[in-house]
Amino acid sequence: MSANLINLLIEATGQTLYMVAISTLLGTLFGLPLGTFLATSQRGELLSAPWINKVLGLVVNATRSVPFIILVVAIIPFTRLVAGTSIGTTAAIVPLTLAAVPFIARLVENAIREVDSGLIEAARAMGATPIQIIRKVLIPEALPGITLGLTLAVVSLIGYSAMVGAVGGEGLGDLGIRYGYQRFMPEVMAIVVVILIVLVQLVQSIGEWIAAKVDKRAPKGRGE
Amino acid sequence: MTERNRDAASISFEAVGKAFAKPGGGTVHALEDVSLRVEPGSITGIIGRSGAGKSTLLRMVNGLERPTSGRVLLGAHDVGTARGRALRDIRRDVGMIFQHFNLLASRTVAGNIAMPLEIAGVAKSEITARVAELVERVGLSQQANRYPAELSGGQKQRVGIARALATKPKVLLSDEATSALDPETTQTVLSLLKDINRDLGLTVLLITHEMAVVRDIASHVAVIDGGRIVEHGPTHDVFIAPKHATTRSFLSGVTGVKLPAFVKSRLQNTPSEGGEEVIRVTFFGQHATDPMLAKLTGELGIEVNILAGAVEEIGSHPFGNLLVSLPAARGEEARRYLQDHNLNTEVLGYVG
Ligand SMILES: Nc1ncnc2c1ncn2[C@@H]1O[C@H](COP(=O)(O)OP(=O)(O)OP(=O)(O)O)[C@@H](O)[C@H]1O
Ligand SMILES: [Mg+2]
Repeated sequence: MSANLINLLIEATGQTLYMVAISTLLGTLFGLPLGTFLATSQRGELLSAPWINKVLGLVVNATRSVPFIILVVAIIPFTRLVAGTSIGTTAAIVPLTLAAVPFIARLVENAIREVDSGLIEAARAMGATPIQIIRKVLIPEALPGITLGLTLAVVSLIGYSAMVGAVGGEGLGDLGIRYGYQRFMPEVMAIVVVILIVLVQLVQSIGEWIAAKVDKRAPKGRGE
Repeated sequence: MTERNRDAASISFEAVGKAFAKPGGGTVHALEDVSLRVEPGSITGIIGRSGAGKSTLLRMVNGLERPTSGRVLLGAHDVGTARGRALRDIRRDVGMIFQHFNLLASRTVAGNIAMPLEIAGVAKSEITARVAELVERVGLSQQANRYPAELSGGQKQRVGIARALATKPKVLLSDEATSALDPETTQTVLSLLKDINRDLGLTVLLITHEMAVVRDIASHVAVIDGGRIVEHGPTHDVFIAPKHATTRSFLSGVTGVKLPAFVKSRLQNTPSEGGEEVIRVTFFGQHATDPMLAKLTGELGIEVNILAGAVEEIGSHPFGNLLVSLPAARGEEARRYLQDHNLNTEVLGYVG
């Protein structure tokens, strides 16, 4: 394997990590509050705002039902507006983030809904405000679940990032298509796939390790 | 401790009603026309069957539930109408403990106890000092840095109690706090509650479905049935002369004094010629029943059969409970004699 090819692979891995890292970061930045709001704003809940909850839920569902490759193309004008350009690796972060936000929001929502309602009750009895309940009870108690959710999101984003070649985004997926498929170099395709497998494996293991670290509940099976 | 002499708060329910909308339409009247004054500094037990409205009543004291009619007063504050800031201030004056502890799994023992103080905006250094004092108070100094998952049920409830006391409340609410614990642990938790009531002088309002809990720590008791208070008063008065059938059935559970099956199966509502009357005799304090029953035979010539009996303690006073049978023809006379000597009687029925 030529030194040139090795450089290309290293560079592409870097680009993939860059896209995934930034879109995960931005996705969490928006997805965490959105998911928290979705989990606490139904009728009678902490932030009770049933109508906003419904509308946001619809938007989230709509975004999530658009296939990623169509989303990438459909939002090109928006991408240009935000990133200044509609092609290239940085531009690709825009659709990745847009896909990540609703995905992460739903994962966060689920994790927060798992929190025992007795804890919310206890906090209310202490005189906590809704914001205090979210910050001191819901998020810390949901943290193991949120961590696993984010792990899942990162893994999905690694997969999505392979599709952004369509708008000139680079990275492992793009390299695999251009060299492995268009230039008939199946060994490049194979290496790309191996790197992706290793990346996903790594992310999964790290995610599970962190989740276990922050999880102070009794181990499953030991029970109360 | 430096917390003595804080004025305990009184809790008053004034004609309180609570209706819930049923999911499928219609309403459930969880509470109806409940009036009750909880003595400041008392340990008051509310006892009732499942669904009687105990939790609903208790949760009104800190505004977790609002009355649909009537008023709930905590000291001078109307809890039912308090909102926002005012309600949160009231809640800091009321500690609460729960059947399933409701501790944060993500926080250590110390972290859980610190929680109400953080919420109240107390300074860090002050929190540390107060938490140390509280873990000491409930005997968990060794466990301060452990997580709830590493504690036994009794230890968890101690954390719950320490947490409830953190903001130096005037009232402590307990919703079936010992129902998830074994009998031995229950005793240690109850005696902790008793100590706290004595040392800090706060009002304790606890709900339970076990008369044993009332017997062991409550100075006052209210019996709730179908959303109404059917009986209330000082515990010994209620134990000695229960007026309502629900109270009696709870009491027979706790005293363990039950009619033998062979008598129970033959029990009738009306006396028959030459039959026997079955009565329950209860007494409080130092009255000795044996001489009483012996005198009944000696002085009046009435033969008494003892069917079952026990003496136990309620708030450190002996409480006796006897089931006896005697000739129905002389029942009236015998009961008057016993009542004249400060023993309570209740006719359970007749056997032929
Ligand atoms: N949020 C609610 N919505 C509708 N009905 C309710 C609600 N809370 C309580 N109820 C009803 O009110 C009645 C009293 O309930 P409550 O929880 O006060 O009973 P309880 O005496 O505490 O019973 P348990 O011993 O089972 O805890 C029940 O019929 C219950 O179904
Ligand atoms: Mg209840």
